[in-house]
Amino acid sequence: MTDASSLPLFPHRHLLGIRDLSPADIELLLDRADRAVAISRQSEKKTSTLRGRTQINLFYEASTRTQSSFELAGKRLGADVMNMSVASSSVKKGETLIDTAMTLNAMRPDILIIRHQSAGAAALLAQKVGCSVVNAGDGAHEHPTQALLDALTIRRAKGPLSKLIVAICGDILHSRVARSNIMLLNALGTQVRVVAPSTLLPSGIDRMGVIVARSMAEGLKDADVVMMLRLQRERMEGAFVPSIREYFRYFGLDAEKLKAAKGDALVMHPGPMNRGVEIASEIADGPQSVIQEQVEMGVAVRMAVMEALLDPRRNHEGRGA
Amino acid sequence: MSVTVFSKAHIVDPSRGVDEIGSVVVDGRKIAAAGKAALNQGVPEGATVIDCAGKTIIPGLVDARVFIGEPGGEHRETIASASVAAAAGGVTSIVMMPDTDPVIDNVALVEFVLRTARDTASVNIFPAAAITKGLEGREMTEFGLLREAGAVAYTDGRHTISNALVMRRALTYARDFGGVIAHETQDANLASSGVMNEGLYASWLGLSGIPREAELIPLERDLALARLTGGAYHAAKISSAMAAGAVNRAKTDGANVTAGVAIHNLSLNENDVGEYRTFFRLTPPLRAEDDRLAMIEAIKDGTIDIIVSSHDPQDVDTKRLPFADAAAGAIGLETLLGAALRLYHNGDVPLLRLIETLSTAPARLFGLPGGTLKPGAPADLALIDLDEPWIVSESGLRSRSKNTCFEGARLQGKVLQTMVAGRTVFSA
Repeated sequence: MTDASSLPLFPHRHLLGIRDLSPADIELLLDRADRAVAISRQSEKKTSTLRGRTQINLFYEASTRTQSSFELAGKRLGADVMNMSVASSSVKKGETLIDTAMTLNAMRPDILIIRHQSAGAAALLAQKVGCSVVNAGDGAHEHPTQALLDALTIRRAKGPLSKLIVAICGDILHSRVARSNIMLLNALGTQVRVVAPSTLLPSGIDRMGVIVARSMAEGLKDADVVMMLRLQRERMEGAFVPSIREYFRYFGLDAEKLKAAKGDALVMHPGPMNRGVEIASEIADGPQSVIQEQVEMGVAVRMAVMEALLDPRRNHEGRGA
Repeated sequence: MSVTVFSKAHIVDPSRGVDEIGSVVVDGRKIAAAGKAALNQGVPEGATVIDCAGKTIIPGLVDARVFIGEPGGEHRETIASASVAAAAGGVTSIVMMPDTDPVIDNVALVEFVLRTARDTASVNIFPAAAITKGLEGREMTEFGLLREAGAVAYTDGRHTISNALVMRRALTYARDFGGVIAHETQDANLASSGVMNEGLYASWLGLSGIPREAELIPLERDLALARLTGGAYHAAKISSAMAAGAVNRAKTDGANVTAGVAIHNLSLNENDVGEYRTFFRLTPPLRAEDDRLAMIEAIKDGTIDIIVSSHDPQDVDTKRLPFADAAAGAIGLETLLGAALRLYHNGDVPLLRLIETLSTAPARLFGLPGGTLKPGAPADLALIDLDEPWIVSESGLRSRSKNTCFEGARLQGKVLQTMVAGRTVFSA
């Protein structure tokens, strides 16, 4: 991108979570992402910012959406992108995360993107490799690029986040998206509400900087943004909630419940959606839905993050072990 | 028979309430005298006299909960390597848990342990036998034969017996043979996939929590069964204020109940997990600071009888993993005394009481020799400098595994010499 040297240097080597970021860091990434959106909308989408750099995507959990978003982001920046397909690799033969990390590290990549089913996996990897690490989701811990793309989507539609009310609805307990979003929105001064059956709220939620609403009507009242979370099917067949039917009745987003929010409230979902479970199709495809924009912003945010981490002004730093 | 005289030492012997400057005379394998009176006794000809001014002598520690990898996991720890670590930590007796492969649930395994200990160990190793075959929580082991072979207690180690009837029968049947039923309680369903204390900290880390109730509910059941049967029950590792309260009520009611706490739950809290530090993944988990303080109170008021290291060696293959995938457990034999002495140096627990919980009380509870400096007792003792500071470093630890929670910690109180049955097994 042109003239990135006018932007402040991003002060981190890895992006492991929103927790590590200051409000200024967040705004910086969002500003960079705004520029990346413009590039993605040109007919010539390829830049040379990361030409000659190697990006490895290491996905322990299947994820079409996030993995392809990172892949596309890397390619648009001119990086060489390699996807490690964990399903067919030695990982299935019992190699540990750290051994895999050491092997990949020996190939001298510049950036590793990792998704893993265990909380803390990205941080563990970052301790063992010499390159930058981006957390693309670790267990129920964090998914920082998702929170950033959500923030970018909101900011572009609604302006500064500090004046807004955001309702996060659904399976907060198991959601890394919810944790990252709560931290980011708290950092930027947004009022955050959560709505979920109590079995899907984590212990100590009332001390996580959010307002716990008892119903969708209460949680969505005058909200500027309604974020729906995906509910895993195995969790709604008696384990955490008794049935899909009951869940949708009380916590699924339909036209009636959405009326409580502001008339121009944004409807968001990190995908993939369970239509008719947490969100009605008419809402997902309706005029307030920005679900497709989220996908577009995802590529831009990931471009911004990788550019910021691999800023050429930091080249002299060299590789630590 | 050689005679050693530790002269002008600060003697702390909880078994007799002794806390005074005096001499300890070791004659052969036994203690001949220990106390102020021994100062003015003549020294026998040929005796080795060690000037211990400024130093302290305590009965060797009796660590009643130690996991060892032999047989089956010798790469983690052998009976020999555990005993070297124990000696360096001032521990002269170990009660070894039956969680081995194969499980210590039959006479042959008890004999194997005792034979291996006799041939390779420098400290006393006392095997505890499984309560149920294979630690499966179903069929009782041969309590009588196991006891005769040398098992000092019955425990299912890391496992909680979920079936109340099995526990009732074990408590009842054990009465006929003596020997305490020692039990760690964690309800498997309630703990579920939990890996650390339930609460705000776990929630932010995205880790599943283990509520205190997972410990309390089976503990309350056990305490009720102890009342019902009159059996001797030991709550092996309690971690929460509410569990201490339950034990306290049972004791007040006159039930034949005792309790232990792992040193980690006295020294650390859930915040020490930090950024997914797997060495701090423990069972029971590190709890909140309020719980840690409640454990100290329970030591002081006698609700908790003993402190254990819960030494649990784990290798890199079970610890160098994401937190939720890592095995639970930390080593502790070499740091037990130093970590416990923090409670003394902080003014939390008087020295005599502290040494009682580490030595005299566990020896008494499990019917072991040691835990005392009274004349005629085996000369199992540790000479320590109560005040000398040292920094724990992985490379300096003798255990075959290095999963310590105290890496880099400053501890005060160093073992200078450890003696088992009159033989020096460690000297700094």
